[in-house]
Amino acid sequence: MTPVQAVIAKELRGYFVSPIVYVVGSVFLLIFGLLSYLYVGFAGAQAIQLMQMQGGLAQINLNDLVFRNLFSSMRIVLVIILPILTMRLFAEERKLRTFEFLMTSPIRINEIVVGKFVSVFLIYLGLVALTILVPTVLMLFSDFDWNPIWTGYLGMVLLGALFLSVGLFASALTENQIVAAFVSFGMLLTIWLIAGLGSLFGDTTAGRIISYVSYMEHYERLVRGLIDTSDLIYFGSGLALMLFLTHRVVESTRWK
Amino acid sequence: MIDVQNITKRYGHHTAIDGVTFSVAKGEVLAFLGPNGAGKTTTMRILTCFMPATEGTARVAGFDCTDQPLEVKRQIGYLPETPPVYQELTVAEYLTFVGRLRGISGQKLSSALDHSIGRLELGSVRHRLIGNLSRGYRQRVGLAQALLHDPSVLILDEPTVGLDPKQIIEIRELIKSLAGSHSVILSTHILPEATAVCQRVVIINKGRIVAEDTPAQLSARLRQSEKVSITLKTCPADCEMKLRAIPGILNVFPGQAGGSFLIECELGHDLRDEIARVAVFNQWGLLELRTLSMTLEDVFLQLTRHEDHLSEPAETGLSMTSAERTDA
Repeated sequence: MTPVQAVIAKELRGYFVSPIVYVVGSVFLLIFGLLSYLYVGFAGAQAIQLMQMQGGLAQINLNDLVFRNLFSSMRIVLVIILPILTMRLFAEERKLRTFEFLMTSPIRINEIVVGKFVSVFLIYLGLVALTILVPTVLMLFSDFDWNPIWTGYLGMVLLGALFLSVGLFASALTENQIVAAFVSFGMLLTIWLIAGLGSLFGDTTAGRIISYVSYMEHYERLVRGLIDTSDLIYFGSGLALMLFLTHRVVESTRWK
Repeated sequence: MIDVQNITKRYGHHTAIDGVTFSVAKGEVLAFLGPNGAGKTTTMRILTCFMPATEGTARVAGFDCTDQPLEVKRQIGYLPETPPVYQELTVAEYLTFVGRLRGISGQKLSSALDHSIGRLELGSVRHRLIGNLSRGYRQRVGLAQALLHDPSVLILDEPTVGLDPKQIIEIRELIKSLAGSHSVILSTHILPEATAVCQRVVIINKGRIVAEDTPAQLSARLRQSEKVSITLKTCPADCEMKLRAIPGILNVFPGQAGGSFLIECELGHDLRDEIARVAVFNQWGLLELRTLSMTLEDVFLQLTRHEDHLSEPAETGLSMTSAERTDA
């Protein structure tokens, strides 16, 4: 087992003996289920209206009416929930003075950062995987296209990875977990609002550049079923940047 | 094994350590002694590559702490001030994690685990969560962590804090048994510990090394007078005066308990028989008579106080502590 794998195993163990994963996981799944139920309900109501107007059997599109709305709504859920998942990663080590032990072990800082990120990302992947139950059940009653659903899931995984890396960064800044959660929450919300700032500039070069910084349009395209290389590059480079910044922050604590 | 040349560490305008130079030979046990905030922990953190020195070089086993931190970290077992334990892991899980971080695996890891658990008598708590263990056990888990990979250099920041007296003796024995094969630096403010365990003592105060020698030589070097403690059964008012009249006696201090005195004599004069004769002649009932050698405690206080209160005569402080200790 390499040092990175050792860090991952230890972090996973830490998550599962603390209540965080169970609480965050249940809330995440509960909200995902509730939202699905609501959107299916709305879709049903719309179908009945259509039938009354057309007088025949209406064909409703679950992709448009349920899944697109569902994935769009998950953005705000992730903004609120993921900082709770990441807040302990570095803050707890610093609070409990195990940080010094990690830093004096023969392991590189990037191995620590990657190990911690991978552990929380695996937990997130597990939670996302559980939600596939919803489209699977709906498949029994209705016909829909699975391709936009897969791209929606890809979007949720990429967006989650970005959010988790922002949370990891915030956790490295402080030894207080509440502060870490709040800082990452604030950062995520700010990047969200940058999209609005971009739309104020309209379809100018400045507007396009500002909008590119926000994750909104990139996620939206994936939810609509579009896989664009520029969006993948956005998520990949954002993730790399946050992990790099985390590395710098962890490194800098040695100099203080 | 450890070679520190002129290291200085500044935090902004505050200088934590200033031009510290010392070295530790292979197999030697060195104590770092100093009041709180003297720079012991900072020096240890520089040696373990937790933080870099502002100036100067530190080398461990031939590797430079700034340029080859990974190699240095591999050579070192380190116990920080607070035992670095994860509360949500059991003792065995924690030590397994430590071993894996250090690249030990398989059969080697399990034998290292058994060895280190056995050495620190953690067998009974092996599968208990560290969060549920007492302070003393956590400290021992921290030590087990430092010893796990059998490092050639051990750096222990106050290793016996939080242990009960029996455990303290056991840990001291353990550290003594490491001497010869391991180089050890330990910091402490418990002075008998340094005398009991270490071959050499470095006294550090306000970031500077104020003395470095064996405990015996340190006290010999700083002794300015011979001291004799006596206890008398009856002591009339003039007994202090009569004692002072003995030629060669510099000073007589009454102790806290009735009838006890601390007598300071000129260096190189053993006046015990003279004092005994006077006591017997005057029928004071001599109950106790013994010489006091300067303990490390006296040396320490003298060295560290001297810097603090230059105006305050060091000898007074010194004698008073001796007197207090004698009475206790």
